[in-house]
Amino acid sequence: MKKTLAVAALMSVAFAGAAEARDQIRIVGSSTVFPFATAVAEEFGKTTSFKTPVIESTGSGGGLKLFCAGVGEQHPDITNASRRIKKSEVEKCAENGISEVTEVKVGYDGIVLSNSNASEQIDLTKEQIFLALAKTVPSKDGQSLIDNPYTTWSEIDPSLPDAKIEVLGPPPTSGTRDAFTELVLEEACESFPVIAALEETNEDQFEAVCAGVREDGGYVEAGENDNLIVQKLEANKDAFGIFGFSFLDQNGDKLQGSMISGVAPTFEAISDGSYPVSRSLFFYVKNAHVGTIPGIKEYLAEFTADKAWGDEGYLADRGLIPMDAAEREAVRNAAMNLSPLSM
Amino acid sequence: MTDMASLMEDRAAAKVISDNLRKPVDWDSPKIARNIKKRYAAERRFKIYGLAAIFLALTALFVLAGSIGSKGYSAFYQTYVQLEVTFDKSVIDPDGTGDPEVIGRANYDGLIKSALRERFPDVTARRDKRNLYGIVSGGASYDLRERVLENPSLIGQTRSVWLISGDDFDMLNKGYIDPAVPEGDRRLNDQEVGWYNELVADGAVDKQFHARFFTNGDSREPELAGIWGAAVGSFYTLIVTLALSFPIGVLAAIYLEEFAPKNRFTQIVEVNINNLAAVPSIVFGLLGLEVYLNVMHLPRSAPVVGGLTLALMTLPTIIIASRAAIKAVPPSIRQAALGLGASPVQTVTHHVLPLAMPGILTGTIIGMAQALGETAPLLMIGMVAFIVDVPGSALDPATVLPVQIYLWADSPERAFVEKTSAAIMVLLAFLVLMNGLAVYLRKKFERKW
Repeated sequence: MKKTLAVAALMSVAFAGAAEARDQIRIVGSSTVFPFATAVAEEFGKTTSFKTPVIESTGSGGGLKLFCAGVGEQHPDITNASRRIKKSEVEKCAENGISEVTEVKVGYDGIVLSNSNASEQIDLTKEQIFLALAKTVPSKDGQSLIDNPYTTWSEIDPSLPDAKIEVLGPPPTSGTRDAFTELVLEEACESFPVIAALEETNEDQFEAVCAGVREDGGYVEAGENDNLIVQKLEANKDAFGIFGFSFLDQNGDKLQGSMISGVAPTFEAISDGSYPVSRSLFFYVKNAHVGTIPGIKEYLAEFTADKAWGDEGYLADRGLIPMDAAEREAVRNAAMNLSPLSM
Repeated sequence: MTDMASLMEDRAAAKVISDNLRKPVDWDSPKIARNIKKRYAAERRFKIYGLAAIFLALTALFVLAGSIGSKGYSAFYQTYVQLEVTFDKSVIDPDGTGDPEVIGRANYDGLIKSALRERFPDVTARRDKRNLYGIVSGGASYDLRERVLENPSLIGQTRSVWLISGDDFDMLNKGYIDPAVPEGDRRLNDQEVGWYNELVADGAVDKQFHARFFTNGDSREPELAGIWGAAVGSFYTLIVTLALSFPIGVLAAIYLEEFAPKNRFTQIVEVNINNLAAVPSIVFGLLGLEVYLNVMHLPRSAPVVGGLTLALMTLPTIIIASRAAIKAVPPSIRQAALGLGASPVQTVTHHVLPLAMPGILTGTIIGMAQALGETAPLLMIGMVAFIVDVPGSALDPATVLPVQIYLWADSPERAFVEKTSAAIMVLLAFLVLMNGLAVYLRKKFERKW
């Protein structure tokens, strides 16, 4: 009897609570932006009188889905994304009454291919990476497409080490994988004439070939947890891993980044754009919530302050590659004026 | 009738045995000897298999506990650095008001920075200074603030104070950063390692018990991150789960076992309950998202929603365990109660339920322990989140212990590795406690019939 009363009381409290206005910013989205957004949120909570925002790591796609579900306090105010919002997502947002969204570019993130620093550092081109990891590759004579026959790096190019191809990377649900596919595999595949020819004749097959990753053990899906990949690389000297730059930055005593087209993934090389595999990170703000949910503008101010995202800001310490000062200034102004995104 | 039939069978069997017995057995014959040897060998083999199974299980357990323990024990202490801090009056309370509000707002970070600059006066370059400030954690200024608020007479004095160090220095002090590797490959450069060595030589580096780990909420600074927020979140979640699933589960079990007619309907219910117990937990998460968040509009990330979702998950476990416990109460107890004129409800509440309680509680605690270790359903309802504030009620956003472990395991900072293992130890300790309680209750109240 007492228990049922307690349950009834709890339920009624629960419903009463739902009716209360939310006084805390809710953020969802990319797991790549998560370490940066949480750092800003914590600083924001400590230095202002607002509550610390609650940040969920849902992945870029999942975050945008939640974000675009509607206006109102049960929906998140901000979503982080490790890629730009898609046209279809903007339309989805508009359908649900979210007409004005502010886009804030945060900085860059490099995607690195790295191995244990007990092995030698290698220098790869995007084409070599494609040959090592794609499901179907051009045959040696370049005339036809065959299932990937390469088992060692030296088979691809004699100058590469005679070691088994074993690359640990994220699964297809990950934003890092999306970016890697887009920035490396899809770019490389167009440089093979036999695949490029497909674009005209059979576009579906063209896309499948470009994005298809081998499933015979050469590429191992190691889950979303980048720390796990780091540990496996330590144990297996021949293996390579694909992950975000911040993990290489934190584990420089154990790992080294492979050079891509002669450029090593360093802070400087990613920020000046010479390292070819880097992407922009964003977050999106629901303008309709500014003013209703307290603190959103102040959060924007904290994120876009130089002490956070500047060259020497605390986000750079965590591995974010900052934009140059002029671009920061432009993005900051757009963010503070809440200029809506138009696509 | 049946007694007669079985009696006849027994007699026939006895005759066969006695017929065989009449032939004398030569126990020393080689055939028998071989036979006996084989039987002994089989017995020994069986025992070895059993021992090997236990040995394997124990090895796995020791390896797991050993790797967690060896990685995690260092999270229970933290590096502190001793500095001469001048509690400058012009910084803390320039007008000499003594007003706690003024004192509370002062720039304590600045005090620590100037103390560091004084300690290492030859550091001038901007970048080097930034590295220098990394020796002390960003959280140390809050400690200083507390200290001054507690004891305002400190203002104007210079005292040597132990301050919590930053995570990289902590890692260096604990031996996780090897100063022998080339400079470019480690988090701290030669200059920073030099500062560390200088401080060590002066006896200004010490390890202390890390109480913050147990009292703080989550943080992005490993040295400030604690599990208290997650533990409180777990507590609220489990309370809601228990308040809901225990009464409903026990009532369902009593009705099904004692009152329900045995017909097709109850059979279907029974099959479904057994089925639900095997459904993957993520499915309950999806259900929780749909029902509690989308239809009932309960707050996202709140322990109340987590508790409601986990209650769905533990219900089948509790019902099955309770039914087994109720079934184990001998029918004679019920018959005696009914015979003395108790109503069926009185029979159940006065006799059957108290006798079945140890079994019911054991099942409930095991169900709760399962709920304590669950993350998948909580992902769907937004409890996998970075939450700094310790929840004050079941309606505040919160996370739970296993989710905290998952989030830390996914953080790039090296210092979170030990935090992860330490949090696993805390979670395991809770699980051991709960299962121990289950064993205790069973032993204490168990009745043998």
